[in-house]
Amino acid sequence: MHESPSDDAPLLVSRRAVDIFVALVLLIIALVIGTESVSLGHGWMEGVGPAAGFFPFGISVLLGGASLINLINAVRNRDAESQEDFVTLTGLSRIMFVLLPLAAYIAATQFIGIYVASAIFIAGFMIAFGHNGILKSLLVGTAVPLVLFFMFERWFLVPLPKGPLEALLGY
Amino acid sequence: MEEIASLMHGFSVAATPFNLLLMVTGIILGVIIGVLPGLGGANGVAILLPLTFTMPPTSAIIMLSCIYWGALFGGAITSILFNIPGEPWSVATTFDGHPMARQGRADEALTAAFTSSFVGALVAVIMITFLAPLVAKFALKFGPAEFFAVFFLTFASFVGMSRGSPMKVVASMSLGFILGAIGLDQMTGTLRLTFGFTELLNGFDFLIAVIGLFGIGEILSSIEDGLKFQGAHAKLRLGAVFTTWGKLAKLWMTSVRSCLVGCWMGITPGGATPASFMSYGLAKRFSRNGDNFGKGEIEGVVAPETAAHAAGTSALLPMITLGIPGSPTAAVLLGGLMIWGLQPGPMLFVEQKEFVWGLIASMYLGNIVGLIIVLTCVPLFAAILRVPFSIIAPIILVVCAIGAYTVNNAMFDVWMMLVFGIVGYLFNRLDYPLAPLVLAIVLGDKAEEGFRQALLGSQGGLGVFFSNWLVGSIMMLGLVLLFWPVFGWLKERLAGTPSSERAS
Amino acid sequence: MRSFRSTTAALAGAAIASFTFLAPGTAQAWEPTKPVTFIIPAGTGGGADQMARFIQGVIAKHNLMSQPLVVLNKGGGAGAEGFLEVKKNAGDPHTIIITLSNLFTTPLATGVPFNWKEMTPVSMMALDQFVLWVNSSAKEKTAGEYIATVKAGDDKTMKMGGTGSKQEDQIITAALERVTAPKKFTYIPYKGGGEVATQLVGGHINSTVNNPIEAVSHWKSGALRPLCIFDGERSTYKEKVTADMAWSDIPTCKEAGVDVEYQMLRGIFMSPGVKPEETAYYVDLLKKVRETPDWKEFMEKGAFNQKSISGDEFKTWLDKAEKLHYDLMKEAGFLAPGK
Repeated sequence: MHESPSDDAPLLVSRRAVDIFVALVLLIIALVIGTESVSLGHGWMEGVGPAAGFFPFGISVLLGGASLINLINAVRNRDAESQEDFVTLTGLSRIMFVLLPLAAYIAATQFIGIYVASAIFIAGFMIAFGHNGILKSLLVGTAVPLVLFFMFERWFLVPLPKGPLEALLGY
Repeated sequence: MEEIASLMHGFSVAATPFNLLLMVTGIILGVIIGVLPGLGGANGVAILLPLTFTMPPTSAIIMLSCIYWGALFGGAITSILFNIPGEPWSVATTFDGHPMARQGRADEALTAAFTSSFVGALVAVIMITFLAPLVAKFALKFGPAEFFAVFFLTFASFVGMSRGSPMKVVASMSLGFILGAIGLDQMTGTLRLTFGFTELLNGFDFLIAVIGLFGIGEILSSIEDGLKFQGAHAKLRLGAVFTTWGKLAKLWMTSVRSCLVGCWMGITPGGATPASFMSYGLAKRFSRNGDNFGKGEIEGVVAPETAAHAAGTSALLPMITLGIPGSPTAAVLLGGLMIWGLQPGPMLFVEQKEFVWGLIASMYLGNIVGLIIVLTCVPLFAAILRVPFSIIAPIILVVCAIGAYTVNNAMFDVWMMLVFGIVGYLFNRLDYPLAPLVLAIVLGDKAEEGFRQALLGSQGGLGVFFSNWLVGSIMMLGLVLLFWPVFGWLKERLAGTPSSERAS
Repeated sequence: MRSFRSTTAALAGAAIASFTFLAPGTAQAWEPTKPVTFIIPAGTGGGADQMARFIQGVIAKHNLMSQPLVVLNKGGGAGAEGFLEVKKNAGDPHTIIITLSNLFTTPLATGVPFNWKEMTPVSMMALDQFVLWVNSSAKEKTAGEYIATVKAGDDKTMKMGGTGSKQEDQIITAALERVTAPKKFTYIPYKGGGEVATQLVGGHINSTVNNPIEAVSHWKSGALRPLCIFDGERSTYKEKVTADMAWSDIPTCKEAGVDVEYQMLRGIFMSPGVKPEETAYYVDLLKKVRETPDWKEFMEKGAFNQKSISGDEFKTWLDKAEKLHYDLMKEAGFLAPGK
């Protein structure tokens, strides 16, 4: 389904490994939820009917069972597709180029407010990845948060996180 | 007929120039609200409510309900263009709408979505006009067991059709149920699965999961293949609207079925979201091109959109006749009625004839006005895909983050969105289907609630789910749909052709 | 993470507020300097939501505030989400919250670390009534007959529907069980009062203790019948609601021989640590709201008890109400472990 990663193919991690990993994580989630459900009570409770843990318990059994089968399938799967790279180095670095700035953006929101952070994020992204002109990037970077500001704060009166700049302007 | 006379009178009330202007304003605002994830119809209606005190109640409700229509239309736009459903009922629209956009057929998908929405709403309004009193009585038959049966039917009609390994479908859906179960347990009034974190009080809102899984996940996937959108080469065909209409005419069976599903779910009141999923599931099962669903099949856009609008429109009926809101937006509208001194409930039809028929007339007009507005904008929306990826991607990410934040006004949710984005990417790559997960988050707690309420009422007797013809037949229908693949398999066996694994 | 942002917001708010005070003018002159957030610790569509949005509407209609009032639903965790938000925004004069009985019941039932004393009480707006309703096809015409039916029937065959779990409706049910002992009800929790009333109309449950406003329209249409009102004295609203009955014609439960009384607070609170002049502003604002004709009409429609107090009197009332809830919930076994 995925084009074969011929030109940029240093093997990082195989599909099989990731498949096993995800099945394992889901299995652990099932165990945690299952244990917690039992402590909540998973049977009939007087005056309450089926207890709070009744439904989650059933579901965690289902999730656990399904994950176990998925895990076994993934471990036993030795065909060519499973040996393929899950992600190529180029692909991974591209993803990281988006993921890390996005995480930094969310973190920054708490300090400088969502509008300033958005401006920096949009302009930065445009310059770094799109090779857009600096002026154009700055223009789009300022315009979008401004539009959003008026839309959310003034129009729909939905307060978004604001930082020192907005406080200075009286918000 | 009495209804026609009342309706004509309603038209004369609704179709003043001032009211038409309000309709246009309402629709445009609604579309904007529908496009921005995180701003729901409830926001728009709530914010504008105070403004409407200066107008007569009929004008006010016309404008507010037009916001509602606009939001219904708008939800489809981002689903198709960016794989980000702005509203819960647009999730199913992404399944085929977005692949169509990626193939450069965004205009076709948008036209199909808008037109289907219109058809669904129109059929529902006609039903409201003539059957309102009858339908209201029917809705009263729904107790907890019946509600559970309806949700069960939704799952059943949807689950059998997922592609990929059945165990991965089960795992994905279970994960959704668990995420939906976190937070306060309505039935016992105690917190569960929060592990002491106050951030988890609310549980996981569907919208955050969807923005992450679909929106962020999609951007991560497309960025891995290079910094561009695959729909970038969208052709702008001027005649697209008309050629699409030609295709839609051939899908009349799907439309009829979807209208039925939608009206049914709107009245019961299961709501627009389950209606869209159920309708998609049924369309896939009964379509000749069923295997093509999920790869850009126009029928996969028609079915959920028609049903969602039919349901969203008929959901206003329980609000008017019973005083129960079918959706958060309807709840705010309900509050509006009270402020204007109107008491929603069975007496509204008797005491406030002018208002009720004005509202119903405005549903006809609002939808027509809405359709004209959004259809003229199709080329504009489709052109958005021509904006370079390096500009549109950061803007989408910012809008997603804001959308996630506004759900509960919590930064925690924005982080969760990021986590869901990574999960969405991984699941996509490993062929874990996302749709069952989302469906389970949306409907899981409601289904659980109905199940437990029913069992509590029957003191544990499972017979309650087959205790009358209504609940019994819905349950049977659900069971049949759930085991449909097994029937097919049995049939093949009996016919003597051992079913070998078919190409997936 | 979250608290950092809100602390800065609160500091910023406080900074702006104190700046205003340095400006010439008396302490009475405090006014909001930015949009005021009005939190509803419940979902959309319920009684608290309706009242909050109504107050918002009245303020907008009569231009009672220079800044907009923004309504925000924070109903997660039976309202805990909303209360925790207010508690966290200490010193912020631009946040107010409407409360219902979950002010007491949520911390007691869920163990969420919160108490009403951690907010600043502003005013009691009204007390909401509770009425015992049955479907009009039921054979019981009075509360006495109703209790007799429960006592005569098998245990747990009477289905009582209500809003939420371990909240006001279930507390009243538990209190009723004192009278019906040893027979108990099967209490079925639903999400909202409107849904509960409809379930009763549809005959899926046997009775409810809906607030008047949630059931009045079904009463008018003849689908439901009120048996008694859970108040010390009859309602004061004498205008006919149905052809032959007014709210004041509904007997109190006590005179019908069912000694159960319960009313629900509809009050306004604000963040902890705010200045007295800031509280005074809202007390005055809400007084103006209560004086409008719209409010009086709203009160009558919902048959509210128009009791309204503020200041120390309010605090004393709250103290007593908290004790009452604690006792009722303890007796019914609704307390979270450790409470």
